[in-house]
Amino acid sequence: MSVQTYTPQAFHRQAHDALGNPQIRSNFRRAMDGLMDKRRSVFSEWDVETLRELGANIRLRALSRLPDLLEQLEANCQANGIRVHWAGDGDEACRIVREICQAREAKAVIKGKSMVSEEMHLNAHLEAAGIEALESDLGEYLVQLNEQTPSHIIMPAIHLNTDEISDILHDKTGTERTRDVDAMTAAARAQLRERFMAADVGISGVNFAVAETGTLCLVENEGNGRMTTTVPPVHIAVTGIEKVVEQLRDVPPLYALLTRSATGQPVTTYFNMISGPRRADEHDGPEEVHLVLVDNGRSAIYQDDELLDTLRCIRCGACMNHCPVYTRVGGHTYGTTYPGPIGKILMPHLMGLEATRDLPSASSLCGACGEVCPVKIPIPDLLVRLRKESVGEGRGNVPGAGVKRNRKEVFAWKSWQWLATHPGAWRAGTGMAGKLRGLAPSTLRPWTDYRTAPKPASTTLHALVKRHRQDHDTTGESES
Amino acid sequence: MTPLKQYPPRPDKVYFYGTCLIDLFYPGAGLDGIRLLEREGIEVVFPDDQTCCGQPAYTSGYHDEARAVAAAQLDLFPEPWPVIVPSGSCGGMMRTHYPQLFAGTGREAQARELAGRIFELTEFLVHVCHVTLTDRGEPQRVAMHTSCSARREMGVADTGPALLGQLEHVELVEQARAAECCGFGGTFAVRHPEVSGAMVDDKARAIEEAGAEHFVTSDCGCLMNIDGHLEQQQRPVRGEHIASYLWRRTS
Repeated sequence: MSVQTYTPQAFHRQAHDALGNPQIRSNFRRAMDGLMDKRRSVFSEWDVETLRELGANIRLRALSRLPDLLEQLEANCQANGIRVHWAGDGDEACRIVREICQAREAKAVIKGKSMVSEEMHLNAHLEAAGIEALESDLGEYLVQLNEQTPSHIIMPAIHLNTDEISDILHDKTGTERTRDVDAMTAAARAQLRERFMAADVGISGVNFAVAETGTLCLVENEGNGRMTTTVPPVHIAVTGIEKVVEQLRDVPPLYALLTRSATGQPVTTYFNMISGPRRADEHDGPEEVHLVLVDNGRSAIYQDDELLDTLRCIRCGACMNHCPVYTRVGGHTYGTTYPGPIGKILMPHLMGLEATRDLPSASSLCGACGEVCPVKIPIPDLLVRLRKESVGEGRGNVPGAGVKRNRKEVFAWKSWQWLATHPGAWRAGTGMAGKLRGLAPSTLRPWTDYRTAPKPASTTLHALVKRHRQDHDTTGESES
Repeated sequence: MTPLKQYPPRPDKVYFYGTCLIDLFYPGAGLDGIRLLEREGIEVVFPDDQTCCGQPAYTSGYHDEARAVAAAQLDLFPEPWPVIVPSGSCGGMMRTHYPQLFAGTGREAQARELAGRIFELTEFLVHVCHVTLTDRGEPQRVAMHTSCSARREMGVADTGPALLGQLEHVELVEQARAAECCGFGGTFAVRHPEVSGAMVDDKARAIEEAGAEHFVTSDCGCLMNIDGHLEQQQRPVRGEHIASYLWRRTS
């Protein structure tokens, strides 16, 4: 498998390639069908709407007090012995992590799954500083071995099937080829186990940061998160500033929503609550715990009352699992750290609308994402908002606003507006279209690449209704 | 999630909003919708000055243009009668997005008032008219494609199948992944033609594989997309608007 770089600028080409790749198509279709079934079945006995309402309110309440909660989180983490760092952007966050590593003369870092670290491009940064960063989440490990990026925020290697995984493990680690998933998992675990012991620093993400208690919650299934945060002498947690919640009691509903929405699990195998480094009377745990709070564009999103909803996200991935576009093109096609619907509403803020110009439009606005979002983010509305920013006059709250505005399109919509607000002209125009239907083109690309061309009817509904009324008036009743 | 809809008692009069796609491409579906309502003893008022609900501009991000066009539609329905729309998509625009579009403007209250009496045709036939249909057609296996906006914006996924279920000689078959989008999405179909093409191909196959001899939908966007694909592929299964199908089989 060749190493390929994906960019949002090349969305169309990447979509074309993915659509023409039967392996990608079937890997994603099968995986997403399975995830949708699991979610449906795990929620079947629950009042999911009430739970989603609760989840949305918890997140909204936290966001409404975000600045205060972050300060409270910082104070309570510090009281617990966790050192708190603030990073304005990804580069600053990378520098903070690197400096912590360098202070310990770290050569090897082991990582739990963290999308924020992907967003920061942390591995490349550490590598450039001579620090090896190894992914310990099985999916991330495979993706890293294969020199790729995650194709899904929860299941990073979902684009690979059993044979491909077997090939990667064989080629990169010398593992014997097998189709036995348990054997492959065991081999990878054995390889990783030694690395946990040898790592100088463990780096993880955070699912919920509790302001009230200064607790970092980490949700995982493989135990690699537990190992990453307890075995090495230093633990660095990196997270976006939006992950804070007010109180400990906010966590159970969000956790219940997260696992069910993500993988259809009623509970994960591990749920870690990290509340500081090893105490004097404790036998294990890290000597140092650091929390890096990463902004990277989030404060700007926070300034806008509507776009703010983007920050409710708890990173479950249900939106991508249910997205008919993601299901067909896969995660890499988006060329962004976060793919799928959440990526389409988040990445324009992180990369600007110019680089991501094809993402907000890459949706039929079918609403499947918004319907399953555990915290009720109005994703379709936010896509429309970003489209508005793209074609607007450039005064919006998103970097790159106005990038898609062009005179021809503006003129077309203005003309449409004129016609649709002048009913007499509308009727004349639509009536004329019907009379000239013989001249209607049979090729209207790209529509007709997949369908026949629509042909105006010989009579409009306006004309049919007029005739219908006359019949009515003559016969005194409706014809049938 | 659409808030719980309170259905009014059966009125003497309703407005009919035909939609621009029906006006131009499927006028028969509009007329059949009107006939179905008239058969229930309801007088149907068709405001001549109706044009387009504004949705194409709205979803493309041209909100000033959409608002201007929507504003012209707001004035067409002065009496407090229900407004019947034979499309979940245009209905969803008027019910869900008009209040958003006019929020903070002088016409917000008017938009909200109108939104509260917008009904999708099949929804109105089932929940307000409580229609009873007598099937006069030949036996046929039919699939229903409910549009995403009817399903998710208007919350009326069940009313189309409920009406088909009344037709004695119609066997309603359900295609795999019935709730999945057909790939139309307005400008999406031309901005992302390959993705849209893959979606409509899957939808058309699913309808065929369900054993359907015919399909119906309550939205002409989906109809133009799915039927246009089946026609291009020269497949035997074809589609029509549910209003036309119901009228044809029961008149």
